[in-house]
Formats: sequence, structure tokens, C-alpha cells
Amino acid sequence: MFRKLLDKVGVGWIFLAIVIVIYGLLGVMNYALFEKAVLAFWNLLLKVLPVLGLVFGIMFLADLFLTPERIIKYLGEGSGIKGWVLMILGGILSTGPIYMWYPLLSDLKEKGMKNSLIATFLYNRAVKIPLLPMMIYYFGWVFVIILTTYMVVFSVINGLIVGKISR
Amino acid sequence: MDSERLRQSGFKLVMSFKSIMPILIGVLMLVALIIKVIPGEFYASLFTGNVFVDSLVGSLFGSIAAGNPVNSYIIGGELLKQGISLFAITAFMVAWITVGVVQFPAESLMLGKRFATVRSLVSFGLCIVISLLTVLTLGLL
Repeated sequence: MFRKLLDKVGVGWIFLAIVIVIYGLLGVMNYALFEKAVLAFWNLLLKVLPVLGLVFGIMFLADLFLTPERIIKYLGEGSGIKGWVLMILGGILSTGPIYMWYPLLSDLKEKGMKNSLIATFLYNRAVKIPLLPMMIYYFGWVFVIILTTYMVVFSVINGLIVGKISR
Repeated sequence: MDSERLRQSGFKLVMSFKSIMPILIGVLMLVALIIKVIPGEFYASLFTGNVFVDSLVGSLFGSIAAGNPVNSYIIGGELLKQGISLFAITAFMVAWITVGVVQFPAESLMLGKRFATVRSLVSFGLCIVISLLTVLTLGLL
């Protein structure tokens, strides 16, 4: 029965319904906190809308211009070093919350992108150039340079391990 | 550009949007909830003073935390002032930005359960390795 419901409604809607129920319970137990959470959600939504527009724009263009053959060449099994470099740079330069990029990555994965490169892209999302001055303020530039270097190196190690295990 | 090709791509985009939106809205709601339910001061009470235990605790709670990475720097900076070890704080900040338990359902639904599980576990393990290497390297300079 649950499987039928899942097929009919879709996993995404069931997930959203569960979260709404959690909010409902919070509203009953602690209305002030519920109000704060709803306001925080609204502010987050407004903040991510431009990024979402950007992601869907890229998805549209990727569908128009990127054939599976091209994706396999640049991001697939035989992509080599250029695939890694592209994903490191892409991860560092991409903006907005990590989960906004899942739809695009899912699309590229269907067309032949390697798991290891997806993992590397996601890991490099941790290196945020605009936020580095804040980190330098708290921890100093030597710490930030060391940490950032390790993050980039380990993004490749992370990708290799994830690619090997999740195959 | 072929108009039929444009129409097809547009239709695919609308279908993707319809399937993705409930997941993204659900994750945003969860993130907002975590931000409001767990105040920044809560994290300071978690650490024990033992470097290795604190690194593990830092990774664990960094994984569960949600929100802008800049919050992890601010909380990390405040924890440092309170005398919490840099190992623990580094692990906490790296976990905050690389693991993400809150977005796991979305990652799992869109990129596959196996991929999301393996990526989260590997990233969690690497938090401790990176924190140890970073602080040890800093000590050598």
C-alpha cells in the first residue's frame, strides 16, 4: 500500500508532507518557535530564489547544448584530469546552498557524469572565496591557507573513494 | 535553434521543476527549523576538553548543524575564545560545510541513496583527518 502511495504521489511530496507535519506539531507545542521557524524559512526561500533561477537556467541550456557524448567526454569515465579540474573550479565558484545544485547534478549524472566528479564538486562547495575574509578574521590567514589547501586536495580523495564505493 | 528542440527542453525543465520543488522546499523548511531550534550557544556545552573526543563531537554536531557556512566560522571563533581545541573546531567547521544531515533526504532522492550515504560517511571520516592535518601543519610552521 505504501509502495502504491509512493508511486502515485511521489517521494518528494511525501517528504514535504512529513516536514509540514513536523512544523504542525511544533506549532501545537511551541507556537513562538514555530513562528520563528516559518519566518526563517521565508527568508531562506527569498535568498535562494535567484540561485534556483540560475540552476534551472543552466539546466535548460545544458539540455539544449550538452549531448550525453559531450558530457561523457568532459565529465564521464574518460574525462581524465580536465574533469577533476573542471569540478574543483565549478565547486569553488558555484554560489548558494549545496542542495540547490542537486537537480543539475542529477541531470548530468543521468547523461553520464561520474559519481567521483559529483562528489568532488560537492566537496569543493565548502571552499567559499567570498567568505574567506571572515574566516581569516577569526583564525588567521595561515590557518585558512592550510585548511583550504587540504580541502581541495581531499576533495579529489573524497571523489576517488566515493566513486569507487558507490559504483 | 530548432523550435521543437526548445519546446522539448522547456517541457523537460517544467517536469524537473515539478519533481524537485517539494524536495527543495522540504529541505529549506528543515534547515530553517534546525537554525531556530539549535541556538549557537548550544555548541559550546558539547565539548569535553579531550582532543580526540572533541574532534569526534565537533564532526558529529557540525554534520547535524545547518545554515550559512559563515555561521560555523562565527561559532568556531567564539568556541576558540572559550578555550575549545582547534582540532575540534576545525572538525566542526569542516563537517558543517561538507556533510549535511539535513540535506541528506534531498541528496538521496536526487543523486541516489547509495551515493548520498557513501559521500556523507566518507566526508565525515575526512573531517577528522583534515582537522588533525591542518592543526599539525599549523604547529609545524
